[in-house]
Amino acid sequence: MNLHEYQGKEWLKHYGIDTGPQVLCHRPEEARRAWQQFGGRVVIKAQVLSGGRGKAGGVKVASSADEAFQKAQEILALTIKDIPVEKVLVVPAAAIAKEFYVGITLDRFNKSILLMMSAEGGTEIEELAVTAPDKIVMFRIRADKGIDHKALDEVLLQIFGKEHPAGLPSHQQQAKNIIERMYKLFLDKDATLVEVNPMALLEDGRIVALDAKVSFDDNALYAHKDVEAMRNPEDNSADEIAAREAGLSFVSMDGHIGCIVNGAGLAMATMDIVKLFGGEPANFLDVGGSSNPNKVVAAIKIIMGNPKVRGIFLNIFGGITRCDDVANGLLLALDQVKVDVPLVVRLIGTNDQEGRDILQKRGISAYTDLNEAVQKIVALADKAPATASKAGGTR
Amino acid sequence: MSILIDENTNVLVQGITGRDGSFHARTMIADGTKIVAGVTPGKGGSFMDKVPVYNTVAEAVAAQKIDASVIFVPAPYAGKAIEEAANAKVPLIICITEGLPINQMLFYYHMVRERGLTLIGPNCPGLISPGKCKIGIMPYKIHKPGRIGVISRSGTLTYEVVHNLTQAGLGQSTCVGIGGDPIVGSGFIDILARFGEDKDTDAVVVIGEIGGEDEEAAADYVAKNIKKPVVGFISGRTAPPGKRMGHAGAIISGGKGTPQAKVAAMEAAGIRVADTPSQIPGLIKQALGLG
Repeated sequence: MNLHEYQGKEWLKHYGIDTGPQVLCHRPEEARRAWQQFGGRVVIKAQVLSGGRGKAGGVKVASSADEAFQKAQEILALTIKDIPVEKVLVVPAAAIAKEFYVGITLDRFNKSILLMMSAEGGTEIEELAVTAPDKIVMFRIRADKGIDHKALDEVLLQIFGKEHPAGLPSHQQQAKNIIERMYKLFLDKDATLVEVNPMALLEDGRIVALDAKVSFDDNALYAHKDVEAMRNPEDNSADEIAAREAGLSFVSMDGHIGCIVNGAGLAMATMDIVKLFGGEPANFLDVGGSSNPNKVVAAIKIIMGNPKVRGIFLNIFGGITRCDDVANGLLLALDQVKVDVPLVVRLIGTNDQEGRDILQKRGISAYTDLNEAVQKIVALADKAPATASKAGGTR
Repeated sequence: MSILIDENTNVLVQGITGRDGSFHARTMIADGTKIVAGVTPGKGGSFMDKVPVYNTVAEAVAAQKIDASVIFVPAPYAGKAIEEAANAKVPLIICITEGLPINQMLFYYHMVRERGLTLIGPNCPGLISPGKCKIGIMPYKIHKPGRIGVISRSGTLTYEVVHNLTQAGLGQSTCVGIGGDPIVGSGFIDILARFGEDKDTDAVVVIGEIGGEDEEAAADYVAKNIKKPVVGFISGRTAPPGKRMGHAGAIISGGKGTPQAKVAAMEAAGIRVADTPSQIPGLIKQALGLG
């Protein structure tokens, strides 16, 4: 689950990290009022759940109330990577002396937590990894052993320096203070990413977090209601949300063949085979390992709600999932939802013969061979018109 | 022979009185597995069918010889179940449960290893040595005893591959579902090493998917250490970047985990890579000179 910058900063602030003041605005008029509150120069930033907003014109500076109104209006009219901008964040422009990058994420390969740091902050880490890979310092932390403070101190000294502004802790010490809090947030709330870019050294000697990108582990949300409460509907498409509510794992794609499969690995492989035989999958959909017929009904509804779909392919390899339960679910779905595109079914494994018999009574013959079934649906979908192009609206 | 489990493996089921635990315990017994004990806190002293139930893993281990424990405990408690089995020094721990928080696994992964124990999963179908022992949820009837080893990050996709092998007359020594999470107790390399040493395994099928760099590392390991033929398959070739494809581990992010890189690494290591599961038996027969 991904958060907006303003939400991520709320978490950082909650953990005692200085992120500076911020005002979230949904309308240009609110940006005008925010300028009146801050005065001077403000930065107006699009709040979208994707990177690259700066290049897309989603970050602008304003020096008057009218300018704040106008710039906010411009940004709120943007669409960044297909996502319309609905919110902007207004913050006072900071007097920045230097920008750093700090990110904490999972190192799945080394089974540890990875702290990435660079004295070349400001640009995206992916870009930095290409342009200046030697400028990124990777520091690994074994979650079960904790931070090796001596080793971390040495790295921080090298990146942030030991300079000691009057009345403040040294740069190295300030950075460490922030990083330890970011690490605590990462562990406490089961984050998968806590990134501050830039972490800025201000001209007055303070080091502060001027941006935040925080993502959380979906598997752990049950334990963190405060994180779940920040969920953004725009993080997922409408059909992805409907699928989650039905307990299905779903990702929408651009193609025209709707796929319903049990198991994530087989669902991916099914999409690949559809593509291999010349079709384009409309989605990834894993109905999971249960035999609940309502899941099949929900899956058919979601797929038929996609106007691009010109065919449906149901591929079930029975294990815990019983093919007869899936067959009954499919018949139930066909009673409730008008399916006016070709449908191809492949059943194999637990109770496949029973499932086949159930479908046969309604005139549906199920395949056993995966390749044959895929070739059939690709051929049928090629000939079928898309659901949206039909007269009268079918649903 | 086979790897990890055989006809002498005594199995404990954690969560044996739960809906999933009891269903699969009964299925495993019907499939010939020696289920000798179960654990459900508060139900010690009772029986699940004829299987004695204990309150804790430690009690079960004190009363019986336990070689492996399989976990069917719901996700919020599954981590603690792994810890309990590790504390009781059960040599082989299999966690079927899906949905464990990733950061928890950062702790349990190291804990199990430092004690010299083996963890399979979480979020996996388990493992089977056909004709000898099945610890997991896979349908027994698609398998056949034989000499091909199978390692996979997936569940039903493994069944698809095994089904194809069996149909082609290629039986299996052991099939291991290592799990679809970003952090799993045993990786491809751990299992490849065991198949490499197993006299009764002639060839190995490695079924990977998008996400992470484990397939690349496995390919490198195969090139350096495995003399037996290895056939590969990678699912998720059509997956868009940045989207989690069901499995928590199946995501292309930050330019890492692409299917192209995995296929290229496998091919460079001399692994024959299939485009569909149906091609796998043919590639194995070719490699083994079985025409």
